[in-house]
Amino acid sequence: MNNKIKKILPQILTLLFVVLILGFFTFNAQVNMDNRGIDFGFGFLKQEASFDIQFSLVEYDGLDPYWWAYVAALLNTLLVASLGIILCTILGVIVGVARLSPNYLIRNAAAWYVEFFRNIPLLLQIFFWYYAALRALPLPQDAEPLLGISFLTIKGFYIPAMIWNNLNIFLYSLILAFIGIIIIKTYARKLQENEGKQLPVFYISLGLIIILPLLSFIIGGVTLNFELPVIEQLSATSFTYVGGIGLPPELIALTLALSLYTATFVAECVRAGIQGISKGQKEAAASIGLNTNQVLKLVVMPQALRIIIPPTTNQYLNLTKNSSLAAAIAYPDLVLVFAGTALMQTGKAIEIVSITMLTYLSLSLAIAALMNWYNKKIEIKEK
Amino acid sequence: MFKYVKQLTSFVAMVAVLFAFSTEAMAKKSKTLKNTQKKGFVRCGVSQGLPGFSNADAAGNWTGVDVDVCRAVAAAVLGDANKVKFTPLSAKERFTALTSGEIDILSRNTTWTLSRDADIGLTFVGVNFYDGQGFMVRKSSGITSTSQFKDGISACTNLGTTTELNMRDFFNSKGISYTPVTFEKADEVVAAYDAGRCDTYTTDKSGLAAQRIKLSNPDEHVVLPETISKEPLGPVVRQGDAVWEDIVRWSLNTMIEAEEYGITSANADSMKTSDNPAIKRLVGAEGEMGAAFGLDNEWNLRIIKQVGNYGESYKRNIADTGILPDRGPNELWTKGGILYVPPSR
Repeated sequence: MNNKIKKILPQILTLLFVVLILGFFTFNAQVNMDNRGIDFGFGFLKQEASFDIQFSLVEYDGLDPYWWAYVAALLNTLLVASLGIILCTILGVIVGVARLSPNYLIRNAAAWYVEFFRNIPLLLQIFFWYYAALRALPLPQDAEPLLGISFLTIKGFYIPAMIWNNLNIFLYSLILAFIGIIIIKTYARKLQENEGKQLPVFYISLGLIIILPLLSFIIGGVTLNFELPVIEQLSATSFTYVGGIGLPPELIALTLALSLYTATFVAECVRAGIQGISKGQKEAAASIGLNTNQVLKLVVMPQALRIIIPPTTNQYLNLTKNSSLAAAIAYPDLVLVFAGTALMQTGKAIEIVSITMLTYLSLSLAIAALMNWYNKKIEIKEK
Repeated sequence: MFKYVKQLTSFVAMVAVLFAFSTEAMAKKSKTLKNTQKKGFVRCGVSQGLPGFSNADAAGNWTGVDVDVCRAVAAAVLGDANKVKFTPLSAKERFTALTSGEIDILSRNTTWTLSRDADIGLTFVGVNFYDGQGFMVRKSSGITSTSQFKDGISACTNLGTTTELNMRDFFNSKGISYTPVTFEKADEVVAAYDAGRCDTYTTDKSGLAAQRIKLSNPDEHVVLPETISKEPLGPVVRQGDAVWEDIVRWSLNTMIEAEEYGITSANADSMKTSDNPAIKRLVGAEGEMGAAFGLDNEWNLRIIKQVGNYGESYKRNIADTGILPDRGPNELWTKGGILYVPPSR
């Protein structure tokens, strides 16, 4: 009995302490807000936002309510975070593998890259790309076309837009191709387990993913046209491009900075993963007759991934949270639009900051959950 | 009989308690005033550098018409116009700094609007500069009027300002599609416009005039004649301290009224013997003009002597620096402007 109390009492006291502190902050905020005539509430989310956003993935207009501005801003955050995650993964894997290259030049170039970008504060890198690199780009009228179809200017990167006809049929063909690949894979595994025969799964998959969409063009009535950006004169000396897709320089600078910075950490994770597999594993695999590709695919990578995934998850979370530095360079993300403009126009500081914090928390938890699921999938299955 | 005595005593006690409370309430009428006098300086929120309004020199001395409002309050309540602690704030930070009690006056070219006054726990005390939003473009663009703006134009401005909203109203009403690029700091907006990221820079016209000086080549830029909004700029205080609100309001009013009656920092002392009772009241020689705020009688004289009247402040900060030599609407009502304040009596 005495022991039980000893165990429970500190826990109860701690809980009480936390509740008291939270209660004090809530009470304090309430009293002070009452004194100053500030209402607490989320009703403002339904009011008309009446400001515009530089760039959004969904149809947004100042007539829309604040909650829609929140959605538009959140999507911009998700856009830069997913672009960053994809790019940093690709670059990170390449650099990580390159650090183990037997080639002196490649190995050292990769090491220099990692040491350089890892050790400069991210905010400075964002400033560098935005204020130094992209501000030095030519004005629209002076820009040389890249590959004849796109223009890199101080006002943004203008690329051709794709105009689809019967896009849905094309998408169906893609889905069909993926279903086909999954069926072939399952069949190939069964064939291998039962009869020991191997199917060239890779070539069949490649064929499927090329042929089916191609068929949709030939007999499905799908057409694809490109709308090129065209220069337009606004006044005697100012120009812009219309048509096509204009990627704002803020997006480019942020994506570059985030992915170049985070890729250094991913590269280190990848290097650690590969180095964590003992040489004996590779030699043993080779001794039972597997070729180099098979050694990598069947023996090294599955084990290395187990080491790589957990720390890489951290890096993805960091990248997502770091994307909030967007506010420093006018990229319309959640912090700039919602915790910035919307907060200013409504004055609902407590409400908006808590929504923003909860959003980042949920984003991080969602990414972590996804990566944990993947980690579970590839971890050693005790039989 | 005893019963009545008991009732009577309890009544007397009640009255005594009520009286005690009411004198107590009167004595600490303004918590902000009390705190300010205890600290020995006025806590004033200003901009991060807008020449003419609030700008710090290399030595950290703040000047500007917005700064002078805070200096006037310091002269009135502390007796020394230099006893001000200035906190530079971005447009985004300013209201939170005021409502959270980090500063006691926000004098930062802030537009008086209904929602700001009513919604977020603030009170605007007056107008110290009548402004309107305008556009700046490059001279070489050949644009001389906003009617020449075309679809696809990009406009740089400050985040979280009325400017951001007016800009939308303007372009929407003209049916022009535009790209807004919004930065938190004014310096970043100017740099973006200067580099060619935007075709036009929009903010209050006084701000355009002041920021133009910061551009790499000011002569290459021009402010368009159109004014697209009303921007009455003025000092703001926290809601809930009516006396402090009155002190700030009447410090500003004193400066404007002093100009109206020709009282300057140079002649303020000699005006004490004036024949005009209105002038005498403004220099503390007649009436009890400070008592209601819990101040002495010469609070307004100190403002005029140490900071000067509104005209002196305007000339020193805005006209002589070449920002806006013409006072326009910020001229006294007696001289064709719209500066008109209630009388100090």
